[in-house]
Amino acid sequence: MEFFKFAGSILPRLIEAAGTTLELTACAITLGFIVGIFLALGRVYGNRPIRAVTSVYVQFFRGTPLLAQLLLIYYGLPPYLAMVGLKITPFVAAVFGLGLNSAAYQAEYFRGAIQSIESGQMMAARSIGLSKVKAIRHVILPQALRIVIPSWSNELIYSIKYSSLAYFLSLTELTFAGKKIALHTARTFDTYVIVALIYLVIVLVVSRLLLMLENRVRVPGLGGNAEHR
Amino acid sequence: MTENKQGMTDQVVLRVEDLHKAYGENQVLRGVSLSIRRGETKVVIGPSGTGKSTLLRCINQLTVPDSGRVWLGEIEATSREADINRIRAQIGFVFQSFNLFTHLNALENVRIGPMKVRGMSKEEATKLAMEELDRVGLGDKAEAYPAELSGGQQQRVSIARALAMSPLLILFDEPTSALDPELIGEVLSVMIALAREGMTMLVVSHEMGFARSVADEIIFMEHGVIVEQGPPAQLFSASKEPRTREFLHKITELYGDQG
Amino acid sequence: MSVILGSIGPLIVKGVPTTILMTLGLLGTGLLLGFPIAFAQVYGYRPLRWFCRAYEQTFRGIPALVLILLFHSGLARSFHILLPAFTSALIALGLRSSAYQSQIFRGAIQAISQGQMMAARSIGMSKFQAIRHIILPQAFRLSIPPWSNEFSSVLKDTSLASAIGVVELAKEGTLIMTRIQYALGAEWILIIWIVVALIYLVLTYAGNRSLAFLEDRVRIPGFEIRGRVER
Repeated sequence: MEFFKFAGSILPRLIEAAGTTLELTACAITLGFIVGIFLALGRVYGNRPIRAVTSVYVQFFRGTPLLAQLLLIYYGLPPYLAMVGLKITPFVAAVFGLGLNSAAYQAEYFRGAIQSIESGQMMAARSIGLSKVKAIRHVILPQALRIVIPSWSNELIYSIKYSSLAYFLSLTELTFAGKKIALHTARTFDTYVIVALIYLVIVLVVSRLLLMLENRVRVPGLGGNAEHR
Repeated sequence: MTENKQGMTDQVVLRVEDLHKAYGENQVLRGVSLSIRRGETKVVIGPSGTGKSTLLRCINQLTVPDSGRVWLGEIEATSREADINRIRAQIGFVFQSFNLFTHLNALENVRIGPMKVRGMSKEEATKLAMEELDRVGLGDKAEAYPAELSGGQQQRVSIARALAMSPLLILFDEPTSALDPELIGEVLSVMIALAREGMTMLVVSHEMGFARSVADEIIFMEHGVIVEQGPPAQLFSASKEPRTREFLHKITELYGDQG
Repeated sequence: MSVILGSIGPLIVKGVPTTILMTLGLLGTGLLLGFPIAFAQVYGYRPLRWFCRAYEQTFRGIPALVLILLFHSGLARSFHILLPAFTSALIALGLRSSAYQSQIFRGAIQAISQGQMMAARSIGMSKFQAIRHIILPQAFRLSIPPWSNEFSSVLKDTSLASAIGVVELAKEGTLIMTRIQYALGAEWILIIWIVVALIYLVLTYAGNRSLAFLEDRVRIPGFEIRGRVER
């Protein structure tokens, strides 16, 4: 069929761009994970100023569109970065935009997980002489990370889909690559259908992998089987 | 006291013939037949998992039986042409877990059937619902939501909900099993009063005291069949079946003999 | 300074109404489609359930931006169906929201105990009456907290309509950005985006407050369900 022939001809370019999508997502989700954990710990265990700052951070990033955050970083910051001799590429801007945004959501998932661990766990850890930091590190976090896997899986899937917003920074990830092809070939509808299908396949495969991961690290009695999105 | 009961006639209200029901391999009902005349109270007893609840649900088709027939008066409830909603409207059902409509207060719970099923006006239905709530002693709780009522109160509202449909008979599916012991009494006394007023009732229950004092007949079921049935006096003191005696012995040990 | 203040005017006068209008349109479209889809998924026949399931998975799996491009540029250039940008965005994001909303409503329906349906049938209600009078009002109440999340997602996603030229808040921000850059210099761009972000924050907050108010108004003992954190 004609459609498949066309698909075959543009697939190599799209797959290369899908690589950028995955790379971008991986960097962003990692940044979000690291920042998110510290935000969550700050919100649960921090003193009053730390709690206030982390809470404002989370509310700002959750209450405003990712697009506005990306444009703020990509267009708003460069004049100031230039003052200290830094330049920002679309990829770096996208990683920071997506990552700092994801951090806010991940922080909420982590916080929920930490708070769902009963207080007896912390007490027991302190009773055997662990410091608070060590108790968090060795007792609370390992449990929280297992509990958080289902929501975290959702977050990863979301990040894949929302990495498409790098389109606005003219970064050639999957969606923007689609746009370029659509412009050249004038087969706009077919091109975007193929792009959509690639996203669906990626989402499906990653969901499967995450489900496997979840079953791998399952500990009896910890975390239910929360519904997957 | 059975002979003093009001309104008892020879008119058969409910007839059940050879009901069978299986869930996969599990034969829950294996040919159950019984009948109830107007004004009679029959109590079904037996070990758990012997199909008592399934029997009740098959009677008003909340569970569809595999075979067998059910008649409500002259109408065959199991026939294809039967309007099952109309039949259900005439058979009250009181659930073990009350199942009051969570989003409606007590009055609205009782009123919704008369309004939406019997087509009464809101005023009529409200008046009727208030009467039925008074009848179960909860006129002052009309505005309360299920979550604000005790289990016993919820069960009494659910009895009022059944009564408001002016049913030909009421099926009770272990109405006190989900209640704390101190709340059982209030529900039982409502049921006793109903029985004495001549309501036709088929009750699945472990309350031996209730069975002994109110039932016209006790039906002992085990493994999906009726093992023995007869007046309480006969079953409690002169049972013919060893299995019946064994069960009655066990249950009086467990629950005490409140009779 | 007057240039800055003068630029904020159009943001509020032109951008905000479009963003609000689109948000309401999307929530409405999603609700109208999402409710029937949810009921079809719970009570429908098998082929219908499969169809709805596939619909839900598809529209949730494809990025919002791709849907917008597909429904606007795709339809226009491949089929010569030239929809106004606002309409295209409404359809694309509306279908997507209906997939998410159907999931919310499905969860709510399934959270209602089986006993409710059985009790309704036991007093002679038809299945349709039971759904109408018993299941629906309860599902509605259970849906409000997760629906608040959907509201804020939808509000934020309207910004993606700027890709096809709908002049809502984000697009207005982009237009002003260009103007300001030439008038005052690039250092002022940051201010514009901070203002845009703050306006979104206010809208999110106002919407959530209204929904909390609604939730309070229809509150019934026994329905105190906490919303989960979701995006």
